[in-house]
Amino acid sequence: MPTTQDSTDATARSKTTNQAVIAINNVTKSFGPQRVLDGVTFNVHRGETLAFLGRSGTGKSVLLRIIIGLQTPDSGSAIVLGTDMAQASEEDISAVRTQMGFLFQHAALYDSLTVAENVAFPLLHHRKDLSESDRHDRVQMLLNEVGLEGHGKKMPANISGGMQKRVGLARALALDPVILLLDEPTAGLDPISSGEIDELILGLQHQHQMASIVVTHDMLSAKTIATRIALMNHGKVVIEGSYEKLQGSNESFVSQFLHRDS
Amino acid sequence: MSTSPAVAATVTPDRTNPPIRPITDMLAWFGELGFFIVRVVRAAFTPPFQFSEFIRQLDEVGAKSLPLVALAGSAIGVVLALEARYSLVRFGAKALLPSAIVFAVVTEMSPIITGLVVSGRVGAGIGAELAAMKVTEQIDAIEASAVDPYKLLAVTRIAACMVALPLLTLAGSFCGVLMGWVSATLVEPISLARFLNAGFAGAGFKDFLPPTLKTAVYGLIIGTISTFQGMRAKGGAVGVGGAATTSVVLSSLFVILADVLLVKIILLLFP
Repeated sequence: MPTTQDSTDATARSKTTNQAVIAINNVTKSFGPQRVLDGVTFNVHRGETLAFLGRSGTGKSVLLRIIIGLQTPDSGSAIVLGTDMAQASEEDISAVRTQMGFLFQHAALYDSLTVAENVAFPLLHHRKDLSESDRHDRVQMLLNEVGLEGHGKKMPANISGGMQKRVGLARALALDPVILLLDEPTAGLDPISSGEIDELILGLQHQHQMASIVVTHDMLSAKTIATRIALMNHGKVVIEGSYEKLQGSNESFVSQFLHRDS
Repeated sequence: MSTSPAVAATVTPDRTNPPIRPITDMLAWFGELGFFIVRVVRAAFTPPFQFSEFIRQLDEVGAKSLPLVALAGSAIGVVLALEARYSLVRFGAKALLPSAIVFAVVTEMSPIITGLVVSGRVGAGIGAELAAMKVTEQIDAIEASAVDPYKLLAVTRIAACMVALPLLTLAGSFCGVLMGWVSATLVEPISLARFLNAGFAGAGFKDFLPPTLKTAVYGLIIGTISTFQGMRAKGGAVGVGGAATTSVVLSSLFVILADVLLVKIILLLFP
């Protein structure tokens, strides 16, 4: 028998199948005199992965925080699953957040909880219909998906940075989200670990068909996992499209970015 | 007459750091605290309630503070017995020693010492823990998981402090009176029953209950200040250290100020 949670999920999924699940329209954001986002506009559909690249401090992470409602834009709108995150009530924002997964730049694992408890955290709070054994099974399945079977009882401080990112990814996937936001998933990792994380993200995207936004400095990673790439400079999207489109661009900033990483 | 550049530099007012800056900072702090309290109150009365986290915090604040409070209470009992004996003997009122110890410990010394000990141990702990969570984005992660951090982190800790403080005060009072008797009986033997009978003679619940229950207000202050300071921390290790320090300093200060007010209110309500 379907639960209320299942029917809510199904409604959200059917509603967002044909329209953009994320619609960012002319968003601006400043911190004091510094404007970090200046009229950013884009859409992301289900099954798509949009990678944001750009120099440090160009507002890429702020964009993710606006999408999940941790920050509000100064102007413009961030419509996520049909909800304007800047205008909605806390209850509505909360409802949208249960449909989203967020991997933080430094994983942001709860250091007083074990790996398994970290992954179980969203389930504990939002899937009260699950029995303890069902929750345990779901956590084990998620840990298996990210290649961390057998590490559930470890504390976050006792695992490597790459493993922490995997745990963060498992936690982000716990509620089977419609949208996945990844803030620098490969930052600070060695090339082999970065490649493994990219493969993992790619596999999960194929499996779950989510709409994803990835913020990264790693062009190789963006090329591997993204269907579209947006390059940002001075708070604006300079170019957006496939990797091939970026390669064909005459913009000096674009070629600087491509050639530095090639 | 022209002014030299050096003189001009010294007389030009510093617009980035005006003299009223500490005042505006203080007003801003109280303003932020007001918004924080509104969010906490709203979270406290909106289901679902985080009972398991509340129990965990009760253990953290209450059970783990018990040895320290018991030790502080015992020390107070011993010191009071020694000091009071000296004074009372001088004025020929040695028979009042049990009453002096019991009243001093239960009505004032145990509540305020418990408040200060807990504000040191728990205030620093909560301030540092939440500040570390804030600067490592763990609080953002809680919010991104559609869980209200005010409900999970602040309400549970404040409620735990409010429940734990009166219980700890009772424990502190018990240890203080007991060690006061031990100290008194070592100098001049007296049975515990006689000591207690003399100490509590003529005293009612109104003498002991309000001073013990007033520590719930201390708990409210310690919990609110330390969670507020922790959740507004910025920066890295410096921010965490600053949050821990200000949590202790401000909660101790406000506990002492609250004591002055509460003693006056209790005396008015229970003459």
